[in-house]
Amino acid sequence: MAIFSVYVVNKAGGLVYQLDHYAPRAEAEKTFGFPLDLALKVHDERVVVAFGQRDGIRVGHAVLAINGADVSGRFTADGRDVLELLSNPAHYPVSIRFGRPRLSSNEKLMLASMFHSLFAIGSQLSPEPGSSGIEMLETDTFKLHCFQTLTGIKFVVLADPRQAGIDSLLRKIYEIYSDFALKNPFYSLEMPIRCELFDQNLKLALEVAEKAGPFGPGP
Amino acid sequence: MSRELFVLTYGALVAQLCKDYEKDEDVNKYLDRMGYGIGIRLIEDFLARSAVRKCHSYSEIADMIAQVAFKMYLGITPSVTCINKRRNKFSLILNKNPLVDFVEELPAGRSSLCYCNLLCGVIRGALEMINLAAEVTFVQDRLKGDDVTEIGITFLRKLEDKKCKKK
Repeated sequence: MAIFSVYVVNKAGGLVYQLDHYAPRAEAEKTFGFPLDLALKVHDERVVVAFGQRDGIRVGHAVLAINGADVSGRFTADGRDVLELLSNPAHYPVSIRFGRPRLSSNEKLMLASMFHSLFAIGSQLSPEPGSSGIEMLETDTFKLHCFQTLTGIKFVVLADPRQAGIDSLLRKIYEIYSDFALKNPFYSLEMPIRCELFDQNLKLALEVAEKAGPFGPGP
Repeated sequence: MSRELFVLTYGALVAQLCKDYEKDEDVNKYLDRMGYGIGIRLIEDFLARSAVRKCHSYSEIADMIAQVAFKMYLGITPSVTCINKRRNKFSLILNKNPLVDFVEELPAGRSSLCYCNLLCGVIRGALEMINLAAEVTFVQDRLKGDDVTEIGITFLRKLEDKKCKKK
């Protein structure tokens, strides 16, 4: 039972708040000898495993670190190309850490604006007038719930498909936003939310919702 | 929270503005501006706490303001009447107004001061956040010698969603 992340999108489609709440993701670090038995390729500026899944290293996992030093995209910390490095037998044995790639904040911003546009398209596609827009997006590994207020702010929660009570969680997040973000006199509307109290109360609300599990929070 | 403290704070605010600005129009303008800043934030609190459905007509909105919002925030329920055929001008008659509990009359030389102009700004700001442009003014004011205190709301138009520039 988990709530994976929370996004708050403003009227213009810009991301004003983002929280990742899931448990530490699986990472695997292994030492390899030449030649490498995993097929690697560059995808979206990262080096990912294309084929050769084994021992907790799955297809789609990205190279996170080489010999303990974090890589940035497809280059190591000292600027060398990762694939070139790994194709040279002189560098072996090498210890590589693989894991699910984390979204960078730019990627999150882009995804939020794309979702904003899809949301608008969703309400226009409706055969009935005055439709609400996308309320839920369901996949086999997560459900995305969206709540748009009458003022145009969207609260998006990604959660486990079995997690219940997300509707009331979305309303609760709206209340927390109206309390700790808006009532802060130094917070300007539509700007990124950087309020401690908002963070704390949001995390508390997420924990309450998670504890309630598949039955939702009590009455 | 003490109601007296709230009323006293508002009174102190108006008194200070009167000291800072000579002209009544300026004081009224700044009160309206402050109210606007409050209104644009208060609307979310109102929508979050009252869980109201979307309104589809100006008269529904006027009723909502009088019967739900005023009740929630000031504890009073003004009566609403529609005063024109196009159904976009409404008047809210306030029987009681907690903000003027301790005010007897306007000081000399301040005869066109709208003491509660903050409320007009609040309503205007709140309506703007739900994409409605409106003009809100005090039509009658007991403090100025009229029989009742009346707020006039004129709904002007529905605002288009502004596309703000992204950073």
